[in-house]
Amino acid sequence: MIDLVLFVAFPYVAVVLAVLFGIYRYRSDRFSYSSFSSQFLENRQLFWGSVPWHYGIVIILSAHLLAALFPRAWAQLIAAPLRLYVLEVTGLALALLTLLGLVLLILRRLRSARVFAVTSAMDWALLVALLVQVALGFWVALFYRWGSDWYLHTAVPWLFSLVVFQPQIQYVTALPWIVQLHMLWGFFIILLFPFTRLVHLVTVPITYLWRPYQVVIWNRRMRRGR
Amino acid sequence: MNIRAQVSMVFHLDKCIGCHTCSVACKNIWTDRVGAEYMWWNNVETKPGTGYPTLWEDQEKYKGGWERSGANGHSSKLRLKLQGRGGALANIFFNPYLPTVDDYYEPWTYDYENLFNAPEGDDQPTARPVSLITGKTIETIEAGPNWDDDLGGSPIYAANDPNLSRLSAQEREQMNELERVVFFYLPRICNHCLNAGCVAACPAGAIYKRGEDGIVLISQEKCRAWRMCISGCPYKKTYFNWNTGKSEKCILCFPRLETGQAPACFHSCVGRIRYLGVLLYDADRIEEAAGVSDAELVEAQRSLIQDPFDPKVIGDARASGISDQMIASAQNSPVYKFVMRWKLALPLHPEFRTLPMLFYVPPMLPVLAKLQQGRYELADGHEEGLAPMFSSLEQARLPLRYMAGMFSAGNERIMEAVYRKLIAVRLYMRAKQVKDISEAEAQMALKLGETTPEEAEAIVRLTARPTYEERFVIPPLAREQAIEATLDPYTHKLEAGFGFRQSPERRW
Repeated sequence: MIDLVLFVAFPYVAVVLAVLFGIYRYRSDRFSYSSFSSQFLENRQLFWGSVPWHYGIVIILSAHLLAALFPRAWAQLIAAPLRLYVLEVTGLALALLTLLGLVLLILRRLRSARVFAVTSAMDWALLVALLVQVALGFWVALFYRWGSDWYLHTAVPWLFSLVVFQPQIQYVTALPWIVQLHMLWGFFIILLFPFTRLVHLVTVPITYLWRPYQVVIWNRRMRRGR
Repeated sequence: MNIRAQVSMVFHLDKCIGCHTCSVACKNIWTDRVGAEYMWWNNVETKPGTGYPTLWEDQEKYKGGWERSGANGHSSKLRLKLQGRGGALANIFFNPYLPTVDDYYEPWTYDYENLFNAPEGDDQPTARPVSLITGKTIETIEAGPNWDDDLGGSPIYAANDPNLSRLSAQEREQMNELERVVFFYLPRICNHCLNAGCVAACPAGAIYKRGEDGIVLISQEKCRAWRMCISGCPYKKTYFNWNTGKSEKCILCFPRLETGQAPACFHSCVGRIRYLGVLLYDADRIEEAAGVSDAELVEAQRSLIQDPFDPKVIGDARASGISDQMIASAQNSPVYKFVMRWKLALPLHPEFRTLPMLFYVPPMLPVLAKLQQGRYELADGHEEGLAPMFSSLEQARLPLRYMAGMFSAGNERIMEAVYRKLIAVRLYMRAKQVKDISEAEAQMALKLGETTPEEAEAIVRLTARPTYEERFVIPPLAREQAIEATLDPYTHKLEAGFGFRQSPERRW
């Protein structure tokens, strides 16, 4: 029963809440959609925290996502032992980089009085949540080797079963508790998403790559499109 | 031609007395808020000087504005000095060229309460400075608004002026001579550029130019604090609100303009140095004009601006949807007179290639005088048989090259033409009023200044004795026809101020 709550109900609730509340916040309080950068207040320590953290987490998350979306291609990728070794070692190194970056960011927020002053309670909650998740991920990568492989046969089918609304929790219930916690904590962060500054993630300005440099907006255009 | 209208500005620097009334008027209306205390959408700085933020003109430090790409910058293709499009995404986690609050100053107040509440003691209680960011006591205030006002701290500050790099060591040495030391004031607001660097640098596309009047604004709902605009603007006129996590900038008091009032800084200007009016320009040639060589930039920008009396221009303007009232306003514009008809007003640092639409009439600094044998005399005044005031261009306290570096991208010919005309006007009026200059000399000055008595009179009229309506020709912005007003009046009715239904502060 508890497994059903944790591995079926909780992920659904987290995702539905995140989407619905994210949309609600975007529609009612778009002003609050911001990365709330604090670089203006503190520059030097930020570099050593923000760059490793962001690049590390972007690559690691993409790997999680790609493997889940294209499990066959991923399986072929890791079929050759050498590629598997490279992937595992890279993953571990990136996890370490991400963890170090995040720790530096947290220390910076504690040490710099200016940045501390602009840190909200939700910011602290988010930072702790992220720290727990990255630490768990690093632990899993270190002590439960070949995750790039077993991930395909445990978490991926479970996630797929959730996506197609035929939940099958037997893929994950037998896993070590620390791996389970990593999975559940991921959904916890999804749950946190619309309540924190994490919303900046969905506003990544990819359109900058092709939009015209100059933007002109007319107040009066008698055409009423809608 | 794709004609657009631009609400443009002229600041007459000879009239600026450096009183900062403009800055205070702006601050009281717009930036007296948490997170915005350090912002001066309008600021007045002393030149030579390092300005605000410190050394803002040094684009090797801040990477603002545009540069020509290609070998030795010979191609006319423009790119942001800051970074390319991919670079913007790569640097989004850390902008290497972002000025920090220390480049402006840490805003503070004083612990006034201590003056009343301090326990009895041997010493007078003091009101110590307290940071408005952290709330903690600041031991030493290291910078503040107008820290180098009136050459305060010179030569520590004035000597670091980036514009001085154009001068020879000897010229720089001369500027420090006691008799020669001089400064002038440079009031600055957002230039509402045609080829704005901030607009181009914003990854979110939150910054835009209003089509009807050319005012550049930042959508507070679209800004995501990627902070590239702060670097992209070479004038450092977009500011980061550290409290709300949004960039802000001068809005040219558009709510005032829309109700027919001059912007607060214009309205409050004690020296009446500010002029506001519409210019019509050809929007199709913006990039072309911004891409010419440094020496041609001023001319190229002038060529963008169209004659509002030309029937063809009027026809094209109508075709572009510009109202007849707007065209009439452009014909009446004092800015058109200063910039185009008289060619006295120049853009600030055109070499940043953003095509700024705020123009400056350069100052005629006091002529150089020296104590000679106990008498205070105009130095070397009587060369070439000219009146001392007329030769003052060669004897200017600040070299022409310095002025050219600020207002004409180094083109001294343009700078000289402006000064010759200003001198001609002055001599002509002196010959007429004080009569200590001969008619012949006045005529010669007019000839050298390439001007006529009628034009000189008109310049004097608009410079010295303009009425409020002559200084500010505010076009009807027809806000009542704006698109959001036609959508749902009840939406607007609920809003507090400018589009906010909730107060603009952090909630998450």
